[in-house]
Amino acid sequence: MAVDYSYPKYEVLRNPARCICCRVCERQCANEVHRYDEEINAMVSDDTKCVDCHRCVSLCPTRALKIVKNELVFNENANWSSEAITDIYKQASTGGMLLSSMGNPADLPVYWDKLLINASQVTNPSIDPLREPMETRTFLGKKPNSIRRDENGKIITKMEPQLDLSTPIMFSAMSFGSISYNAHHSLAMAAEKLGIYYNTGEGGLHEDFYKYGPNTIVQVASGRFGVHPDYLRAGAAIEIKMGQGAKPGIGGHLPSAKILSEVAKTRMIPEGTDAISPAPHHDIYSIEDLRQLVYSIKEATHYEKPVIVKIAAVHNVSAIASGVARSGADIIAIDGFRGGTGAAPTRIRDNVGIPIELALASVDQRLREEGIRSDVSIVVGGSIRNSADIVKAIALGADAVYMATAPLLALGCHLCRTCHLGKCNWGIATQRPDLVKRLNPEIGAERLVNMVNAFTHEIMEMMGGMGINSIEALRGNRLMLRGVGLNEKELEILGIKHAGE
Amino acid sequence: MKRIYVNEQWCLGCHLCEYNCAFANSGAKDMARALMNVRINPRIRIEENNGICFAVACRHCTEPLCVKGCISGALSIRDGLICIDTDRCVSCYTCVLSCPYGAIMPSDGGPMQKCELCTKNALGVPACVTGCPNKAIVFEER
Amino acid sequence: MRKDEMPRQWEGNQRIPSGCAISGIISTDGARFNGQEIIDSIAVMHDRSNGLGGGFAGYGIYPQYKELYALHVFYESQASKEACEAFMDKHYDIVNLSRIPVRPMKQISGEPLIWRYFLRPLPTRLAASQLDENEFIVRSVMRINTTISGAYVFSCGKNMGVFKAVGYPEDVGRYYRLEEYEGYCWTAHGRYPTNTPGWWGGAHPFAMLDYSVVHNGEISSYDANRRFIEMFGYSCTLQTDTEVISYILDFLTRKQGMTLSEVANVIAAPFWTTIARKDPEERERLTYLRNAYSSLLVTGPFSILVGFSGGLMALNDRLKLRSLVAAKKGARVYIASEECGIRAVEPDAEDLWAPRGGEPVIVRLTPEAYAKVV
Repeated sequence: MAVDYSYPKYEVLRNPARCICCRVCERQCANEVHRYDEEINAMVSDDTKCVDCHRCVSLCPTRALKIVKNELVFNENANWSSEAITDIYKQASTGGMLLSSMGNPADLPVYWDKLLINASQVTNPSIDPLREPMETRTFLGKKPNSIRRDENGKIITKMEPQLDLSTPIMFSAMSFGSISYNAHHSLAMAAEKLGIYYNTGEGGLHEDFYKYGPNTIVQVASGRFGVHPDYLRAGAAIEIKMGQGAKPGIGGHLPSAKILSEVAKTRMIPEGTDAISPAPHHDIYSIEDLRQLVYSIKEATHYEKPVIVKIAAVHNVSAIASGVARSGADIIAIDGFRGGTGAAPTRIRDNVGIPIELALASVDQRLREEGIRSDVSIVVGGSIRNSADIVKAIALGADAVYMATAPLLALGCHLCRTCHLGKCNWGIATQRPDLVKRLNPEIGAERLVNMVNAFTHEIMEMMGGMGINSIEALRGNRLMLRGVGLNEKELEILGIKHAGE
Repeated sequence: MKRIYVNEQWCLGCHLCEYNCAFANSGAKDMARALMNVRINPRIRIEENNGICFAVACRHCTEPLCVKGCISGALSIRDGLICIDTDRCVSCYTCVLSCPYGAIMPSDGGPMQKCELCTKNALGVPACVTGCPNKAIVFEER
Repeated sequence: MRKDEMPRQWEGNQRIPSGCAISGIISTDGARFNGQEIIDSIAVMHDRSNGLGGGFAGYGIYPQYKELYALHVFYESQASKEACEAFMDKHYDIVNLSRIPVRPMKQISGEPLIWRYFLRPLPTRLAASQLDENEFIVRSVMRINTTISGAYVFSCGKNMGVFKAVGYPEDVGRYYRLEEYEGYCWTAHGRYPTNTPGWWGGAHPFAMLDYSVVHNGEISSYDANRRFIEMFGYSCTLQTDTEVISYILDFLTRKQGMTLSEVANVIAAPFWTTIARKDPEERERLTYLRNAYSSLLVTGPFSILVGFSGGLMALNDRLKLRSLVAAKKGARVYIASEECGIRAVEPDAEDLWAPRGGEPVIVRLTPEAYAKVV
């Protein structure tokens, strides 16, 4: 219809002086943008189909391609942006909810970028990580309240089950279905190599990956996809997903196009059906029901594995976290509003939830005020982008971080945000076998290992600069942070001083 | 000796190996200039069928049929590498017919050509290996 | 106006890192000696301080009131004193009270009111609180320090006492007439803070019950430690690192029932690589302690001397970033930041050694001596 004609967002620019018509772009674009035209002996492109994933740009052997924004301008309007206008056209045309992938892209405050880290000088020597031990080993789990001794006075060293991480980073939940088999394989292999953990997400655990069980966190979400006793016992920990930062208050959504054989089998659902997880767990309508589920899972796994409860960062997150801490959970995972997703309603992704920095600061403070901080470990995600964010998160009070968008970027994602279409050219957010092939887990795992090792080295450098040589001395150490460009209230909630104080 | 091995599990049929091979053996410095409006004749070829792709190049057999059949002694084995002396090749096509993999073919100039592991160009490591985006082609000893 | 002319203020809200001098002398046979020796020891290390704080802790100095808690208190004003004493009358049975005798000197100025009380918890009050004596004292002292403005209890153990002020330690020692006290163990501290404190309470030692801590160093993990220990009823009101160590000690020994060497395994826990080399049982024990009390690991350079009834513990951080040496002579053990501090009072000290980073040196009275003097 002419009314809502949507002009292509991107334009493909091809440099004729450099294009050798090798047709690699044509072969590698799942959206069928490029085509070789025999008559004119040249490549042509259909801009309307381009999603700006950069697959063709990256593979072009002569760097002949460039993707640019298509500047079709609406009359300038600070209130009605071109996006706001085209959204109306789409909804008038389809009558449906707008769907988006990955995290909130809006220009809202990123508090990580307003926090500054300390360094030791003169009164306290900084420590050289190349020459002195610098320890990043982290344990997640419930800590004991008191010491118990046997009849000989020796300390009884039995503790609630713990996760043992070589570095305070874990790969966050991404379901098999939203991402591919090879992507999961890369994450599993990397987690094993690094001595950390990855999370199955709500799509269940493929049987080929049971062998990575000791480095796997299995998730139990509201749809209970793929949940059976062997599944629970396969992982090193079980995570109950109460919420997700990208879409607090609603459940997961996997379009039927992505539910092909292996995905359907692992999720224990029929092929070709949409997999929509219900908004609440229908057996958890209040906090005491959560406690019941936590203990059911512990019984089923003989109290051998820690139970994680993942919540989204919403307005009263500290009160919720306090309740969760008393429900028997060993670890609380908090997901901020910037968290990524395979598919979520756009309005919910962009408008619901609060920043993880503020949520973390208030949860950590509240748990300490109630004297129960040792009962749980806190893991935060949504979005942690680099090692500085990790250091700041730990200084605010986190025990470890969950990262998901960063590992996907390491695997080749270019954040084009069209995952929900299922035609990911990088072989990550797709189930088409010809596309999944493009992600070689050997390469993927190596890149993930590189990324985490790089982060760990940077964390060590920053720790050494602060005069700290064990990561536990950074946890909750807010005097190591100063804020800049923050108002009184923000400083108060974060519990830090302003730079210069 | 290190050889080129192809894993069809990861070959995407993108044909980048072909273009990298053609460029490496072109002697030119810039790929765009070297291959613009050129019909490439690479020593590695993609074969596709039913969704499976595979890049075929000389396997440097331990008992090469091509060397056995060469009437002029142009083909020889040097430390395991099967190489062609183009001055000696008389274009009899015996090697082309003998090779069970179709890895030898006529060059644009006349004499036969085959993969020689980029030992004769400036590269050092085979261009198809470095240019493969999915590690489907590897260069290793087995 | 100049900073030191401003109305006396709490150090609070300003963290003051410092470098310093420490010294400790103990007679393992319980033979008591007067405070002059410890003054001489710390005086030699004069240049390690900058005159902005000095203090001493003496053990066994109140034999006549052995069974009673000796509270040493600073008051900013008569009003604070009255408010505090009103509180004390409600909670304690005070047996004796007096000003702490001092020798006025021009080197020591700006002094608050300094009083001393020998007391025990009021029995009815104690019974109603359902706490044991020690916990009762700790809580009431914390209440005074946090809620009664201008009053600060800086010592609250039995048969021991802390003496501290703003000034060079040797001057502080003379000011308090320490040569008139006799104890079996003395520790001393000279301060070199990098900010001008207006407050006598900010000097070392910091004490809780009969644990006193003198500390040379700066704790990088301070806020991590503070935010953990404050969950258990302690309040770090002076934002000076040493305060948090004294609360950690009290928490781990009294509330968690740990021995001093277990405490050292928590606050100066060995590196993971070191733990990996131990035999399995020890590995498990150290891993358990390190994991369970991870927020009490103290990082940053430090050497501390912890005095307690019946002994003394010296401990360095794991990287040994501050000096600490020890020596013996007969029944005496000497520990100081520098060898000169030991030789100044015992030229013939023997077996001089530098304790290793992370390994505590714990010196105790012999059992007979303990029975006699504690």
